[in-house]
Amino acid sequence: MSIIETENLTYTYPSGTKPSIRDVSIKIDKGEFVLITGPSGCGKTTLCRCFNGLIPHFYQGELEGEITVAGLRISEQPIYEMAKHVGLVFQNPENQLFALSVEKDVAFGLENLGAPREEMRKRVDWALNLTGIYDLRERAPHELSGGQQQRVAIASVLAMQPEIIVLDEPTSFLDPLGAKRIFEVIYDLNRKLGITVVLVEHRLDLTARYANHIAIMDDGKIVLDGEPREILSSEQARLIGVGIPKPTRLYQILRKDRVNLSNTVPLSSDEMAAMLREALKSQ
Amino acid sequence: MIEAKNVYFTYPNGVEALKGVSLTIKNGEFVAIMGENGAGKTTLVKHFNGLLKPTKGTVHIDGVNTTKVSVATLARNVGFVFQNPDRQLFSETVEEEIAFALKNFGFEEKIIKRRVTWALNLLGLTQYRETSPFMLSGGERKRVALASILAWNPKILMLDEPTIGQDYRQKENLLQFILQMKAQRKTIIIVTHDVEFVAECSPRVLLMRGGRIVADGEARKVLTNPEVLTQASIVPPQITQIFLQLSDFQLPKEVIDVYEAREKLLNLLEAKAK
Repeated sequence: MSIIETENLTYTYPSGTKPSIRDVSIKIDKGEFVLITGPSGCGKTTLCRCFNGLIPHFYQGELEGEITVAGLRISEQPIYEMAKHVGLVFQNPENQLFALSVEKDVAFGLENLGAPREEMRKRVDWALNLTGIYDLRERAPHELSGGQQQRVAIASVLAMQPEIIVLDEPTSFLDPLGAKRIFEVIYDLNRKLGITVVLVEHRLDLTARYANHIAIMDDGKIVLDGEPREILSSEQARLIGVGIPKPTRLYQILRKDRVNLSNTVPLSSDEMAAMLREALKSQ
Repeated sequence: MIEAKNVYFTYPNGVEALKGVSLTIKNGEFVAIMGENGAGKTTLVKHFNGLLKPTKGTVHIDGVNTTKVSVATLARNVGFVFQNPDRQLFSETVEEEIAFALKNFGFEEKIIKRRVTWALNLLGLTQYRETSPFMLSGGERKRVALASILAWNPKILMLDEPTIGQDYRQKENLLQFILQMKAQRKTIIIVTHDVEFVAECSPRVLLMRGGRIVADGEARKVLTNPEVLTQASIVPPQITQIFLQLSDFQLPKEVIDVYEAREKLLNLLEAKAK
């Protein structure tokens, strides 16, 4: 069952001279982990803003086509209603944090939903622990580093446990190991709690392995949409200039050299190493 | 040449960000400084253009002690592009932004015009000459920030997290650009987390942890040493991860590049087939 569905969605910002997204039709099923990627300026962030109603309610401008999220028609719902279903982590954490302490920022969404005090306490601590910032809970968000701020922004959304989490390059300021841990937390919530995840990322090396659905955008349109192994091994993906994961690249090159490798395209170094191990043993 | 000797630095709030850093970077070298958040990377490079002065120890740029000269004097030779371009941009048009420093350095109008045009061309920004920097995308603003530094032609170029928010093509362009600067014998220092980017450009790599340098060597050596990488919160490049897992076969461990990986694997498969 689709939890997000758009049909011929086209949107132009009030200051824009041409649409930022054009004729976007995508279906996202409940419980999917969707990766959206594509060159800078291709409309990824704009599409994310549609998923929780920031477009058109906050940004205004001209929206055409249909969009339904969690069974609700965006055009008929105020943002605060959508916020109960969709949590959005922005690209720049500074745009999202405002409270005087980390803890208050993380609790803010729950307060607005009117969660009971005990429940709120439990969920805030849970989110702080998951994102590794429990020790920072009394610090002021604006004094933290970019990476720490990103953890706070993610924690505030996780605390609400929405049905859908939309993350727009959520770990760009984190070091690789820190980013990996955060992606694993999100993947875990996706698998265990069935939360639908929509992740915008350039770094497919880090994230392709978690996705079971990938959409590639170019110039405001969705140009490829489907199963990650199929899409990332396609010639078209390479031509658009998305960063194909290195293990997938190596697999493609070796297959061209007629090395006998299985038909399942690898998305991570673990998968590629296992495949090569088989090939080397069988020789 | 940059020479840091036993540099300590403590911020006014008491955080000791550098705890005895010594290193030499020769003219024309290309260096990547890597390490976990809060390891002291940005603090260290801010010592190279005099924005920060050591609490203890010394930093010399081309033989000049940074405590003896102003930031303005150092800036002529050392250009620093911030992580977040918005901290650096303020003019009404891209052209004015790039001309600003040149005016401050007292260049003639004619030369300013020529340099601005050159920098706009180099970074593919010519069509935005009259545009406000704030109307541009994040990636484009980053290029404006870079152009404004390049315009005054500093000998040392420092880029803090240049690949953040850049897509695959833009990273390719950045790589080409760095190689071009390197060919002109400029010293280039990048601070980055982007291990795949570093694997592609193969510079000298300095790993930092807790205010100290914990590894210093060619990318091929440092990025294939899982023990020191873990200490610095860095994951090895994906190609390296594959080869580390296949260490029981007769394959080299120090591989960071896809095409090199292909060659080594084909050689082994061929040898086995015989």
